[in-house]
Amino acid sequence: MLEVQNITKIYNPGTVMEHRLFQDFSLTVDEGQFVAIVGGNGSGKTSLLNIICGTIPLESGDVRIDGQSIAKRKDYQRYANMGRVYQNPSAGVCPNLTMLENLSLADNKGKPFNLTRAVNRSRVDFYRDQLRALDLGLEDKLDVRMGSLSGGQRQAVSLLMASMTPLRFLILDEHTAALDPKTAEIIMGLTDRIIREKSLTAMMVTHNLRHAVEYGDRILMMYQGSIVLDRAGEAKKNTSMDEILSMFNRISTQ
Amino acid sequence: MLLELLISTLTQGLIYALISFGVYITYSILDFPDLGVDGAFPLGAAVTAVLLTNGVQAWLTLPLAMLAGAAAGLFTGVIHVKLGVRNLLAGIITMTALFSINLQIAGSNLTVPRDIDTIFTSAPVMSIFGGLNTMGRKLVVSLVVVVVVKLALDAYFRTKSGLLLRAVGDNPGLVTTLAKDRGSVKLLGLVVSNALVSLGGCIVCHEQRSFSATMGTGQLVYGLAAVIIGISIRNVYAASPAARTLQKRKALRWLAVPAGTTAVISGSILYKLCVQAALSAGLPANMMKLVTAALFLLVLVLSGRKGEEIIHA
Repeated sequence: MLEVQNITKIYNPGTVMEHRLFQDFSLTVDEGQFVAIVGGNGSGKTSLLNIICGTIPLESGDVRIDGQSIAKRKDYQRYANMGRVYQNPSAGVCPNLTMLENLSLADNKGKPFNLTRAVNRSRVDFYRDQLRALDLGLEDKLDVRMGSLSGGQRQAVSLLMASMTPLRFLILDEHTAALDPKTAEIIMGLTDRIIREKSLTAMMVTHNLRHAVEYGDRILMMYQGSIVLDRAGEAKKNTSMDEILSMFNRISTQ
Repeated sequence: MLLELLISTLTQGLIYALISFGVYITYSILDFPDLGVDGAFPLGAAVTAVLLTNGVQAWLTLPLAMLAGAAAGLFTGVIHVKLGVRNLLAGIITMTALFSINLQIAGSNLTVPRDIDTIFTSAPVMSIFGGLNTMGRKLVVSLVVVVVVKLALDAYFRTKSGLLLRAVGDNPGLVTTLAKDRGSVKLLGLVVSNALVSLGGCIVCHEQRSFSATMGTGQLVYGLAAVIIGISIRNVYAASPAARTLQKRKALRWLAVPAGTTAVISGSILYKLCVQAALSAGLPANMMKLVTAALFLLVLVLSGRKGEEIIHA
């Protein structure tokens, strides 16, 4: 269980630019839940993810996993059981390393980075199987520089890398926003498959309302640092795309 | 006469390649322009000069000089990573501090007496290469040292630790999501880099039999130029038809894309050749740094350097 408790987040405190984004904001995410978060620009979606991952500091409040506070932990410590995929397909990979080197890095997460060989040849078949399952023809490109692959291919590998080692939480930050519609569908389907197969707890920020409605177990709409709509279970099943869309239009024209 | 000049220039190019290896790690891989190089280089020489004059075995000065350099790298790293000082300034602080520390270590500018054995005249070298004259011996010994360091570095870059080091320069954010502290990885890179730069200073001290407090001036620029020349040439070569043909044959593929370290060695030798050519053409020795700067500018302009193309090359 992931809890965000009574958090306050102020940008540029004490200046004329001061912006109070979150004020006593709370959210509880159940184990295994796939939460889709929508909302206009500046509504606090990405800030929320950054607070959970420790990318940005908090003014007050707490972030807890299974009741234990992680607010004092450094970002890299929090990623021990978290994976994250970003909007920019280059952000989740090392563009100047080969795909094999990238996968080897991800495969070694949680283990020591010592003086043994980085690329484990006996794992190559496993990588190939994983890549083949993506159905993007990547299984023959292990020796290709990551940066020379297309955005969609890189994003697919990012997903694979983020979820390669055992993890509990997957954080998706508009991870299909930079892709063309067809590739976005492929990546979204792949995301859903990984989350279900590994029973992950996932938080996905998206601008694609249909993806949010279609794939999320729970849908949140945010506006100016508050949750204005929160539907899960039966209520979410009965939520139509039109309802979300009209609400979205209402808040964004306010 | 010309041959002698060529051999000594080649030797210089090889020895100074050790500095370029260090710069390659910080600048090319970590994207960290470490001005501490200008201090770590004479530090290696100072330590070596003192050890040699105190009768320490010649070859033992190499690991000890590297250890001193590693400490300097750690210092820069702590200032940058732990205290949050910007990378360029962290290097400047180390460089400035080392100027005094180097003089403290050596006492003053120091000359190693003729009767003391350097690595070029030490017993094991004499027993194998005793037949060669001093110049030939210097060339062979430098070549062996540089090749050993190059192979060790190549092997290191293929380890998990080495791959993480390359990753932190390429995409620091990814290293964080691998649950690794990017700061410690940078710190490690600076330690290794400065150890290599000090090793360069150590070998130069063996070769010149002297340490001077000002010998570090301009060494970062030299190292940068060597790295950029080497990598640019390699990139041109890798795109050439000859390299493309080699690429197709699995057994010869390693020839098609030479390792970064190989490129750095060739850049270093080429740079020393250019400087020597300028001096031979009648340029006074006092103009050396001006030539260095002018050449560096030329290299930057000609290579059309855009940071991201050099990084990781």
